[in-house]
Amino acid sequence: AQFRTVDEDFFDDLEELLIESDVGYETAEQLTTALRDEAKLQKAKSRDDLKKVIVEKLVELYDQNGDAANEKLRSHDDGKTNIYLFVGVNGAGKTTTIGKLAKRFKDEGKSVLLAAADTFRAGAVEQLVEWGKRVDVPVVTGKEQADPASVVFDATTKAIAEHADYLLVDTAGRLQNKKNLMSELEKIERTIKKQAPDEPTETLLVLDGSTGQNALLQAKDFDKTTKLTGLVLTKLDGSSKGGVVLAIRNEMKLPVKLVGLGEKASDLADFDAADYAVGLFHDLV
Amino acid sequence: MAFENLSERIQKALRNLTGKGKISEEDINTASREIRLALLEADVNFKVVKDFIKKIKKEALGKEVQESLNPGQQVIKIVNDELTKMMGESAATLNKSKHIPTIIMMVGLQGTGKTTTVGKLAKRLIDKDKARPLLIAGDIYRPAAIDQLEQIGEQLNVPVYSEHDEKNVAKIVENGLKQADDNKNDYVIIDTAGRLEIDEPLMEELEQVKKVAQPDNILLVVDAMTGQAATDVAKGFDSRLDITGVILTKLDGDTRGGAALSIRAVTGKPIIYTGQGEKLSDLEQFHPDRMASRILGM
Ligand SMILES: Nc1nc2c(ncn2[C@@H]2O[C@H](COP(=O)(O)OP(=O)(O)OP(=O)(O)O)[C@@H](O)[C@H]2O)c(=O)[nH]1
Ligand SMILES: Nc1nc2c(ncn2[C@@H]2O[C@H](COP(=O)(O)OP(=O)(O)OP(=O)(O)O)[C@@H](O)[C@H]2O)c(=O)[nH]1
Ligand SMILES: [K+]
Ligand SMILES: [Mg+2]
Ligand SMILES: [Mg+2]
Repeated sequence: AQFRTVDEDFFDDLEELLIESDVGYETAEQLTTALRDEAKLQKAKSRDDLKKVIVEKLVELYDQNGDAANEKLRSHDDGKTNIYLFVGVNGAGKTTTIGKLAKRFKDEGKSVLLAAADTFRAGAVEQLVEWGKRVDVPVVTGKEQADPASVVFDATTKAIAEHADYLLVDTAGRLQNKKNLMSELEKIERTIKKQAPDEPTETLLVLDGSTGQNALLQAKDFDKTTKLTGLVLTKLDGSSKGGVVLAIRNEMKLPVKLVGLGEKASDLADFDAADYAVGLFHDLV
Repeated sequence: MAFENLSERIQKALRNLTGKGKISEEDINTASREIRLALLEADVNFKVVKDFIKKIKKEALGKEVQESLNPGQQVIKIVNDELTKMMGESAATLNKSKHIPTIIMMVGLQGTGKTTTVGKLAKRLIDKDKARPLLIAGDIYRPAAIDQLEQIGEQLNVPVYSEHDEKNVAKIVENGLKQADDNKNDYVIIDTAGRLEIDEPLMEELEQVKKVAQPDNILLVVDAMTGQAATDVAKGFDSRLDITGVILTKLDGDTRGGAALSIRAVTGKPIIYTGQGEKLSDLEQFHPDRMASRILGM
């Protein structure tokens, strides 16, 4: 889309751009209205003015919709293990994100343990074990087709006994409409709570950045099963913008905590609303 | 967001308008807002929606309303028929080579279901055609990708050709094809690493594999939950590789699956199979009419 003047055409283009970023029709309409009002209020005239105004407004809206105390990854340094549970649909990037985050914590000098609780998918345990080797972090595994909760039990026991700073739990991908698989996740959470009642510190839904409106249903159903503390938005190095997180934010106040920017261990970043807004509007202003 | 049935929505929107007779421009404009929303909620690409609405308007304007229908029902019928037509009216099949082996190559973005679908296809060919396939492990990047395919091969009792130290994928495929010739395998299915359609070196790698394998089928594996980018992705892979067909995975979820329409519209290539679960038996023939109803939320 081309910048013309600050007129209706511009905001039509803006709305189109939001829809094409998977923000969803309703949210795109709401955001466009808010951004149009703000641009008028600020009397934005030049291209640069406008860019500044809409980016700032989007960040303001994003911040308003959340809880300032829960924007970044949480951890406690009381000597107790921080347990992070990773959930999400098939192929979203859970295992890879765990590998990347393990590297980050390791680089910060923390002790990290991984739990290979996807005992279902072919090659899933081997995949996490390979990540463990790459980033030099031990992995707790169970027998093939073992009950995933039993692996989580063993890993929790070990993490607590060894005073690990972090335990990152990998789970099998599951579609949110599968009742039995969702209750398996509940069982995993219960297993953690049995030994560590205040954990998980983070329960993160991993979302593929190219997902469309189904991501909203994912967020709602996973949140019902294991109360979510945040989102990880992966594969943002592709042609998708992952705009559906704005709709999720609107409806559920859930923050994006991490973004995936590639397949390497270092391709992980904290979510930054301003950067995100700039990226979103990049083609427009 | 509850998806209200499109059919009900259009009925409601047209309730206060004309009775029987011809479909008026006003009727269509009212209905097309609802159609547009339904398709966008189903993740059909924005531009594809625009074109589709144009087509519907042309198709519907001035049309006699059939005896048994009211104007709302008539519009819905036109939308449904047009969508089914666009999805490809009859069921498409794989290309089969005159001489064995028939070669199938899987391509697509990361995590869409390629490796799993290699196993599903092998199982289907074995069950339906008593085939003797060879699988080639062409993903040398993802951690444990080769293990994954080997485990799938073991489950099916199907051989897997892999090389753990070779860094040239085309070379691995070439060697795998030699083994298939020696063992008279009638099908070869090549797994490849997931990649972005904008990743130049990795897209070039696929072109090299295509060159050495001369596959009869290049199947783009697409996640049914994909949003607006489905058109760019499909165009990207198709323009580089001239894909022969599409497999739409994870349709066992509750996604409306508008990506199917987006891909069809920009590539014209048929969707051949759908993935309906994680088990190797969860592969089904694609049904255009069912997909049309699903996208419309009916
Ligand atoms: N380009 C890109 N690829 C990614 C990113 N994160 C993960 N991937 C790739 O996506 C694919 C799937 O990632 P996994 O980590 O296996 O996903 P998962 O959610 O654990 O998958 P299941 O366990 O099968 O449900 C792999 O090929 C990863 O390399 C990312 O940020 N960018
Ligand atoms: N529910 C469901 N899951 C599927 C389907 N097809 C594949 N999967 C799952 O999706 C995830 C990714 O599948 P893979 O076969 O590893 O995908 P891939 O395209 O080979 O991934 P990369 O090699 O990393 O690009 C796994 O958890 C599979 O079990 C399907 O039709 N339905
Ligand atoms: K995906
Ligand atoms: Mg995984
Ligand atoms: Mg694969």
